[in-house]
Amino acid sequence: MLSLSNVETYYGNIQALKGININISAGEIITLIGANGAGKSTTLMSISGIAPPREGKIIFMDREIHNLTPDVIVSLGISQVPEGRHIFPELTVLENLQMGAFLRADNKQTRDDLEYIFELFPILTQRRNQAGGTLSGGEQQMLAISRALMARPKLLLLDEPSLGLAPIVVKQIFEIIRKINTENNTTVFLVEQNANLALRLADRGYVMENGRIVLEDSSENLLSNEEVRKAYLGI
Amino acid sequence: MEYFVQLLLGGLTRGSIYALIALGYTMVYGIIELINFAHGEIYMIGAFTALIVSSVLTLYGFNEFAILVLASLIAVIYSASYGFTVEKIAYKPLRSAPRLSPLISAIGMSIFLQNYVLLAQTSDFLPFPALIPEFNFLKNYEHVFSSSELVIVLTTVIVMTILTLLIKFTKIGKAMRATAQDKKMAMLVGINVNRIISVTFIIGSSLAAIGGILIASHIGQINFNIGFIAGIKAFTAAVLGGIGSIPGAVLGGFVLGWTESFATGYVSSDYEDVFAFALLVLILIFRPAGILSVKCEV
Repeated sequence: MLSLSNVETYYGNIQALKGININISAGEIITLIGANGAGKSTTLMSISGIAPPREGKIIFMDREIHNLTPDVIVSLGISQVPEGRHIFPELTVLENLQMGAFLRADNKQTRDDLEYIFELFPILTQRRNQAGGTLSGGEQQMLAISRALMARPKLLLLDEPSLGLAPIVVKQIFEIIRKINTENNTTVFLVEQNANLALRLADRGYVMENGRIVLEDSSENLLSNEEVRKAYLGI
Repeated sequence: MEYFVQLLLGGLTRGSIYALIALGYTMVYGIIELINFAHGEIYMIGAFTALIVSSVLTLYGFNEFAILVLASLIAVIYSASYGFTVEKIAYKPLRSAPRLSPLISAIGMSIFLQNYVLLAQTSDFLPFPALIPEFNFLKNYEHVFSSSELVIVLTTVIVMTILTLLIKFTKIGKAMRATAQDKKMAMLVGINVNRIISVTFIIGSSLAAIGGILIASHIGQINFNIGFIAGIKAFTAAVLGGIGSIPGAVLGGFVLGWTESFATGYVSSDYEDVFAFALLVLILIFRPAGILSVKCEV
């Protein structure tokens, strides 16, 4: 469904991605783990067209997307929940969700999706007319995921959804990610520092270090891999 | 008492014009954090376009109402296209440059547009036709509140109501607010940020053009330089209210208009600008982010 081949991305003169290759098939949950500054977020920003690669190819559903603008990439079916959630603070919860559906016509289907979101996250129903910035961290993360879902993505990119949340909320969020994957058949590409949780959820994983993919395997194998255990699972 | 009412209404009229122009400053600042110094020139170009179009239409013998509508419409479209083009030429290429660069580019654009109109037209003051008709029902109150003042205030109220509804309830309005709050996230939900910026310039320029036509018709003369002082005053109004805030720009416009009106009426008309800028200094000392500050930077 999505393939990155030899992707190199720069910030000014600093090379953040040094030729990475990733393949994701439809329906999978794939995780990308690695330390701070390894290039995980940059990978997602390159896919979304915010930090377009200087070299290499990104192909999504048989179409080259590395030269496209972010709005076109969203319209093709890739939505991202960026690190830190980035809720529009002064827009209401409802308006935040409507912005998620910005590229869709406001029709029956969009309204049905809105109802589905409110069923999935009852807390957002209570908060629908409240400013997004007044929500708690966990609520904001749910809103951020919901906003991305409002675009009806085929591929959902999630950047550190567990960041700064209480363990019980993290568990809830991860259950919802699985639900989205199985119920809507949405492919998920999950970037996480919490390698343990991420690998338990994902089918396969990539390990990133200093802008390179150093390891790629099934989640079970990575969980039992000696180096991964030492470096990322703290065992 | 009558004198007070006269000053009050005079201030309201001035304030309306300042508010119309200040909205352009504040909307552009809200979205790209740029003080668009060429904005006053857009206002001036609006007035000039209306003058040229109305002169031509008068020659062809159009009736007064048709001239008012057509001249305003063409002036608004023309100014909006100027605002759009200025952004594309002078600001868009500098989107990722340090913040000082587009600011200098804006000042350059302002000087360029002034001199371009100076060369294309004249340095003299040109008489501007009274496009706004005299209403009979105001005949007895003419010295307190003239027809053109009434039209200025009413137009401003209508325009601002439309703008508020647009920004609050329409999809494009919500996208403008989203872009102002978080540009990167706006891109990630599929908003074409460049298009939103263009729309902002078009709306701001249209409002400035409306202000230009109204005040030129009220005062009865224009020259290439009118955009400078009006621009500075409207910028002051935007800062007074809290730059980036739309209600702030409107409030700032009226506060400035009333300050000038009462100060010139009760103290001395020689010090009109002194009072305006003294107010600015006071606000900046005691409430640096403006009356209705949106973002208090710590």
